[in-house]
Amino acid sequence: MSGEEISVRIRKSFGGERGAFGLDVEFSAAAGFTILFGASGAGKTTLLDCIAGLQAPETGRIAVGASALFDSSRGLDVPPNRRAAGYLMQSLALFPQMTIAQNVQYGLDGLARSERQARCTQILQAFRIASLTERRPRDISGGERQRAALARTLVTRPRVLLLDEPLTALDAVTKAQIVDDLRAWNREQQIPILYVTHQREEVFALGENVIALDAGRIVARGSPHEVLQRPQSETVAQLAGFENIFDCAFVADHPEQGTMTCRVARSAVNLEVPLSRIDRARPVRVGIRAGDILLASGEPQGLSARNVFAGTITALEQRDVMVIARVNCGAEFEVHVTPAAREALELQVGGKVWMVVKTYSCRVMQA
Amino acid sequence: MILQALTLTLRLALIVSVILLIVGIPLAYWLAYSRKRWKFFVEAVVCLPIVLPPTVLGFYVLVAIGPLSPVGRWYQAVVGHPLAFTFAGLVVGSVLYSLPFAVQPMETSFAAIDRKLLDASSLLGASRWRTFCRIVLPLGLPGVLTGFVLSFAHTLGEFGVVLMIGGNIPGTTRTISILIFDQVEALDYAAANRTALLLLALCFALLAALYALRRRAAWNVWGWK
Repeated sequence: MSGEEISVRIRKSFGGERGAFGLDVEFSAAAGFTILFGASGAGKTTLLDCIAGLQAPETGRIAVGASALFDSSRGLDVPPNRRAAGYLMQSLALFPQMTIAQNVQYGLDGLARSERQARCTQILQAFRIASLTERRPRDISGGERQRAALARTLVTRPRVLLLDEPLTALDAVTKAQIVDDLRAWNREQQIPILYVTHQREEVFALGENVIALDAGRIVARGSPHEVLQRPQSETVAQLAGFENIFDCAFVADHPEQGTMTCRVARSAVNLEVPLSRIDRARPVRVGIRAGDILLASGEPQGLSARNVFAGTITALEQRDVMVIARVNCGAEFEVHVTPAAREALELQVGGKVWMVVKTYSCRVMQA
Repeated sequence: MILQALTLTLRLALIVSVILLIVGIPLAYWLAYSRKRWKFFVEAVVCLPIVLPPTVLGFYVLVAIGPLSPVGRWYQAVVGHPLAFTFAGLVVGSVLYSLPFAVQPMETSFAAIDRKLLDASSLLGASRWRTFCRIVLPLGLPGVLTGFVLSFAHTLGEFGVVLMIGGNIPGTTRTISILIFDQVEALDYAAANRTALLLLALCFALLAALYALRRRAAWNVWGWK
């Protein structure tokens, strides 16, 4: 029973108002955490719904271990109540009229009363909410509700666990504790856990294994480091935090310097970027994190950085402890600096600044 | 006389609202969750008694249960007497007449239940029947209660349908509202006033009790034990 693998190969299309959207994925996941990462609308929830049986794909096959849950070639579609798939939805869906203990025991219908109570007590202790048994969902905190919903799902001993952004609303500490408890639980159970998120921090915190989804397709897969630090596609780049993404044309190679020159479309701005294996005949994209750009009040001298541009500040906005500046130097860049830097450089809209971008802060992607 | 009419009316209202509870809950459940394309047709039929004059409804029911219709003939063959102008005939007419008052609040409260709760129930291994008993019914209970009380109160006060189907037979089909009509016809305004006041007080007490109960949070009062 332990160490089963889930394999998914499904295709589902949606017509209608939102325009044609298709889900077309194929992957398998072993026991342990697999992160499904993507922007909202990438098809993450639809994918989980299909695995759980709440939605039916048009074609494909879904199986846990040796048993198929869905197989279009055999006309097989196991109803959700017989899939043994634990699914924690974003809304948690705790039953409001029941106490926490009643909620947790809901899925243990077939068992004897004593066995039901024993398993309920055990799981509530494992998730540190044993004191809440007689409370109702609306009388407990958000974090406690997450734990209760998780306990209710896990107590049925599912063969696969589907988590749809279950911890998004929680603070980092609570989140880390719940994840630790979940990991401890899964050391014994050894089931595949598919964890959906659109938050970069969660990917790094949880992931052994990441699958990046975009517009219903898998665009990258690997460790968080592989997927997010070396993005091959623009979607992943945006998700990974590249605020600046420019359409560029290849201009020249400088193999002796380890760089190449790309010109930002509709501008005279030439960027020196790392020498990359791309198709030089096709358009490329260059991504630059806003926090990787330096600002200077005068022309910088004696720098190793290859990209130095004079520009004008077109907008300034403070968000929390970060100042977001937009600088036009022929192309518009988003730059993040600290409030202290704004004071020191006396940044203001309309003011002149110099922008410095290291070659290795530029990520080259094929467009 | 007034006591006879009152017990008759209460008996009719109770039987009708219990029948509507049994018929209304599955019908409301179906209306709330079905995705059939012709659902609108059933919805329109259920609501018809709200807009139709009672005389029209009463007339058609009278024709339908009369000795010339197959239903009426079948009933007469089985029971031995016609359905029209009997208490049973009144029950048939009243069930149809009060149907929307039972079904609509039930349907509304079933439809208002978060679908995710039904999904969650199913994902935890529950059959549709179990989901209905443990989630839909307890959470929809305020609507079921409202439907029950409204159909009861509505049957208490009906007049047109009763007159068309049942006529005015003391002890069999003479309900309170018919009695009031009789008393006014006989120019006995004092008696009519007493009877009318009784009906008014009864209906008011029922509705006041219903809304007082509904004020409390649904799952605290009606929580599943």
